[in-house]
Amino acid sequence: MIITVAGEKKEVKDGLTLPELITQENVEMPEYVTVSINDEFVASEAKATTVLKDGDSVEFLYFMGGGC
Amino acid sequence: MVIRMEYHLYDELVKWAKEHLPEEACGLLAGTEDENGREIKKIYYLENKDHAEDHFTLDPMDQMKAVKDIRANGYKLFGNWHSHPSSPSRPSEEDIALAYDSKANYMILSLMADNPVVNVFHIEAGQWTKEDLRIYSEEYYF
Repeated sequence: MIITVAGEKKEVKDGLTLPELITQENVEMPEYVTVSINDEFVASEAKATTVLKDGDSVEFLYFMGGGC
Repeated sequence: MVIRMEYHLYDELVKWAKEHLPEEACGLLAGTEDENGREIKKIYYLENKDHAEDHFTLDPMDQMKAVKDIRANGYKLFGNWHSHPSSPSRPSEEDIALAYDSKANYMILSLMADNPVVNVFHIEAGQWTKEDLRIYSEEYYF
């Protein structure tokens, strides 16, 4: 199936899970990454069980914050 | 890494950050990249969700909108920037602890003195190094 990851179309296996995609994409510190699929944010507790579908568009957004 | 930025972008950044004192101001950096380094082409001015003088947090929804705009412009997301209203232009302990993306550039603009100071850092595994930031105009580098 074809999905879009960070704006780039990619062919992946059918039934790819979100954790598998995170591994494939070498996402650093995924526990601090917000994931959106088709502009909907994935709840933290749902990340482990989310299965991607053909045509999905996935974004990985790092938590960004700090202090002085 | 060499990171270049035109002076007018720096000037706008300082103005925005000063206008948002005493809070920390923040946003994203985007631009183009080649074998010579990175060129910041656009600075995104986003809301500091903390509205605090000593913290900043970006809203993921704002980030997502910005990322789409970055892509639409043919740019690449480089990282984020934030101001330090009353501390130097270097990563704080909190900045280091919350720098989760080692591929990102982290720009810090200090407004603690009369003259602003800006630097860009690479932060990885609890350590930081300063990037080679070059702010230029058509006439000269400084």
